[in-house]
Amino acid sequence: MTDITVSDPAAARSAPPTSGAGIRLPTQWLGVAPFFLFALLFLILPTSYLILGAFQNPAGEFTLENIRALFQPSIMAAYWISIKVSFASSVLGALIGLAMSIAIVRGGLPNWVRSTTMTFSGVASNFAGVPLAFAFLATLGRLGLVTVLLRYVGVDIYRDLGFNILSFWGLTLTYLFFQIPLMIVIITPAIDGLKREWGEAAATLGASQWQYWRMVVIPVLWPSFLGTVILLFANSFGAIATAYALTGSSLNIVPILLYAQIRGDVLNNPHLGYALAFGMIFITGLANAFYIWFRTRSERWLK
Amino acid sequence: MRSGRFWAWAAFIVGAAYFFIPLIATLEFSLRMRRGTYSFDAYQVVLGDPRFQATFGYSVVVAVFTIILGVLVVVPTAYWIRLRMPYLRPLVEFITLLPLVIPAIVIVFGYIRMYGSNSPLPFLASARGTDILLIIGYATLALPYMYRAVDTGLRTIDVRTLTEAAQILGAGWTTIIARVILPNVLIAVLSGAFLTFAIVIGEFTMASLLNRPAFGPYLQNIGANRAYEPAALAIIAFAITWGCMSVIQFLARYAPKSANRPN
Repeated sequence: MTDITVSDPAAARSAPPTSGAGIRLPTQWLGVAPFFLFALLFLILPTSYLILGAFQNPAGEFTLENIRALFQPSIMAAYWISIKVSFASSVLGALIGLAMSIAIVRGGLPNWVRSTTMTFSGVASNFAGVPLAFAFLATLGRLGLVTVLLRYVGVDIYRDLGFNILSFWGLTLTYLFFQIPLMIVIITPAIDGLKREWGEAAATLGASQWQYWRMVVIPVLWPSFLGTVILLFANSFGAIATAYALTGSSLNIVPILLYAQIRGDVLNNPHLGYALAFGMIFITGLANAFYIWFRTRSERWLK
Repeated sequence: MRSGRFWAWAAFIVGAAYFFIPLIATLEFSLRMRRGTYSFDAYQVVLGDPRFQATFGYSVVVAVFTIILGVLVVVPTAYWIRLRMPYLRPLVEFITLLPLVIPAIVIVFGYIRMYGSNSPLPFLASARGTDILLIIGYATLALPYMYRAVDTGLRTIDVRTLTEAAQILGAGWTTIIARVILPNVLIAVLSGAFLTFAIVIGEFTMASLLNRPAFGPYLQNIGANRAYEPAALAIIAFAITWGCMSVIQFLARYAPKSANRPN
């Protein structure tokens, strides 16, 4: 989905200070006015509208009733399955992506392996939405190639293993298709940032390979790793197209519930819909607040 | 380090298998439409479908306008921030990252509530207005990528000197941005543009909730009603994404690597 890297040292150092000479008229604000107007009208105000609506009743008075209504079992179940899928796909995606990233940077593999992996990761991290669902239906659906081939060998993943593409594991497995490449795209620059001198310095001081990893590599990579996990979490938490095309509305994750609510007010209460949206922003916002915090910590090591 | 290399190969091969098996399976499935033999029937059916042509054409037009809007919003801002108001950079970067925090479905929900036919800005009152709102929504989704791309491009040129030189020659702000800055960051802008295209072309949530006849809702509709065509569409969509990313990589080869005076 994204090409954003964790480290951006040049930006962090920021531009040189402007000299104080001369009188600055506020006209320079005109240069950024269109951007702020755009952001205000089409990003901040619509979101604020929903957040305010979450705390109002139909008469426009302040209330916490909508937030309390989120805790009814059916809505809690939707949040819970969303959180579970996002958590599993982000943690697994991050671990597998990290392993692959270390393999291509540090594993002594030929150069083409690295460049091919990076190119493919750029493509696959943007290959989401409806077509991704089609691809996995053709792979692991009831008539999918892998399902059929395994049936030849005598394993029916649907009957014997209780697998279902329209389930927690089915969705997680599908999301990994863009989560792993996204991890590779983001974390590879951080692994490149591990200086060879650190390994040599550790070896000079008598560290074993294991000590080098435990006391140098893991502490240095930890913030960017955790930061990326959180980005992956937010990435899958808000995704709807893949899940919707894969499962219709049989798997009730939050975005699908919200989609049904926007289409036809299935909760019979518009303000509960606002609260549902607020809950999503709250969770991804919380995750991203951590992300920003970890990012500022990790940038110190990646000069 | 022999065992290290073994594990590296193992990680790479397992990963590659996970990514290639679905693609191979999809390709195989898309060729199975005619009984007993492989054929391109599914592709013929899909490409010959007038609704495919109409929705794909619609989405291409929307993507082009999204890119134009994105460039108009991002390039002057990023330029101005770099030249005159660097202290605003953290705030602007924070705003451009917001679409990664606020899910698309929430943003479009806000639009539907705010820009209905009774509002001061009644985008949703007409089909054309809704098209414009969809373009705006896509520009919002693309904001993080567009801003990053353009800002990276600006970092590689000497904004201050170029501006001063243009001013000495009597250029106004519009001329400076359109004829001096934009050509210099064109490659970065194009990278952002192709990434935007890849994101927008099959987008489902916003188009579907705004009821526009875009490619994403068409894909979903075919997926719910057909057997082999979805696989063919998935391969086509993958090829489009691949094409966009290849162009970006190709462009990156021509991008200047550093400025004489990076700021």
